[in-house]
Amino acid sequence: MSDEAPQGVRLEVRRLTKSYNGQPVLHGLDFAVERGEVFVIMGPSGSGKTVLLKHLIGLETPDEGDILIEGEPAGSPGVMERYRMAMVFQSGALLNSLNVGENVGLYLTEHRLKPPAEIARVVAEKLELLGLKGTEEKLPGELSGGMKKRVAIARALVIEPQLIFYDEPTSELDPLIAVTIGQEILRLNHRMRVTSIVVTHDRDLAFGIANRIALLHEGRILAIGTPDAVQADPNPLVQQFLKADFRFNPETSTP
Amino acid sequence: MFQNIGEIALLFGRTLKALPQTRRQFRKVLEQLFEIGNASLLMACVLSLFIGGVLALQTGPVMSERGLQSFIGQIVGLSLCRELAPVMMAVLIAGRVGSAMAAEIGSMKVYQELDALQTMNINPIHYLVLPRMLAISLGLPLLVIFAILVGWVGGALVCVFNAQIAVSFDGYMKSLGNGIDVLDVVNGLIKSFAFAVVIGTVSCHQGLATIGGPRGIGRSVTKAVVNSIVLILLLDYVLTRLLMHLDK
Repeated sequence: MSDEAPQGVRLEVRRLTKSYNGQPVLHGLDFAVERGEVFVIMGPSGSGKTVLLKHLIGLETPDEGDILIEGEPAGSPGVMERYRMAMVFQSGALLNSLNVGENVGLYLTEHRLKPPAEIARVVAEKLELLGLKGTEEKLPGELSGGMKKRVAIARALVIEPQLIFYDEPTSELDPLIAVTIGQEILRLNHRMRVTSIVVTHDRDLAFGIANRIALLHEGRILAIGTPDAVQADPNPLVQQFLKADFRFNPETSTP
Repeated sequence: MFQNIGEIALLFGRTLKALPQTRRQFRKVLEQLFEIGNASLLMACVLSLFIGGVLALQTGPVMSERGLQSFIGQIVGLSLCRELAPVMMAVLIAGRVGSAMAAEIGSMKVYQELDALQTMNINPIHYLVLPRMLAISLGLPLLVIFAILVGWVGGALVCVFNAQIAVSFDGYMKSLGNGIDVLDVVNGLIKSFAFAVVIGTVSCHQGLATIGGPRGIGRSVTKAVVNSIVLILLLDYVLTRLLMHLDK
């Protein structure tokens, strides 16, 4: 583990298009995320957020368009090795057959980057950073949803990423833990100066942590900019998404 | 099943390409080997004891009637070495271990654990498929040797204690010794190695190809077992012909 904090990287998406079985999901998306930025991709369910994220991390191949990391196509040889990236999955995606310590240290163990004693030290350090000290021997099945998410973040941090992706980091969490996770994202961003891309439909989280927000709707970007700029966007679809609430209104409700 | 043959062959090719990684995955190979042996040894013992016994029971009285007692050991021994032990153990392992492989990898696929591995630049073929393939390719032939020995004992017990057969233990063993050659055992081991590769590749492929939720995992497990057994029986015929040709 180097003492020097990793520097974030710039990511650029150009004309990204994807269809499944002839059904377009992403329509020529164009945007850029600057180094060290917290960029939130927001949108209702089915808007293409997760598909976009899978393209950014390299789990899917676009039909058309490019994803550039520091100007280099993400799929070109050596890019994944040169720029360290990590992803925190919505479910945590911890390996259920491994305990917490083995999960967090998996990247270092499998790539043989450090001796076992050093890996154990790094794992303990990352777990402590996320308030999970002493949980190394627990199995993922013994953890709560919030703990799983934090273990997943610890596992991502071990990679010392320059670019970190979060998929719905606050889903299925109570508001207090959701706030804790949001604060963790900001703290890590501040401490390690990584570029963070967060996919969420949680408006509180998005407006609470984002430097910039992109609002996705049916595979197209409806609005992009600072939280204030997005909030002030006159597009009715943007306003509908931002202002939807639970309060019962007899005039707008259908019988 | 046949529409996936290309994908299965591709997975097998990728696993072969990953062979230089064996040393790095050695601990996982041992863990898998323990799983295979631990899960199947008792079952293999019971199965082969009774197969040997039934073989002796079916052939013994008829041969004794015709004064051919001295060939019973040879028939039981040869049948076990060349055919029954490799095929029955392969079927057992397909059901016991192949299903577990498909279920484990399938559930990892469904719950995004494979995606997580990929984002950490960990190749699922190196991490999951290679150790399982190596373990089953080593474990199944070992299990077949064990099954052959236990099956011979099963045949001997029936020959000794069945009044209609009435062949002594020494007589049975002498017949076995006269009729069995090392090449017969090697023949069975070649078959069992080929069956192990089929079970490992088909089961891992089904696991990796799993889609959907728990129902998808169930479907993958069923397909892994059924496809493995069908391929084992088809391959058994082809290998038998080939090995008979080589014996000449």
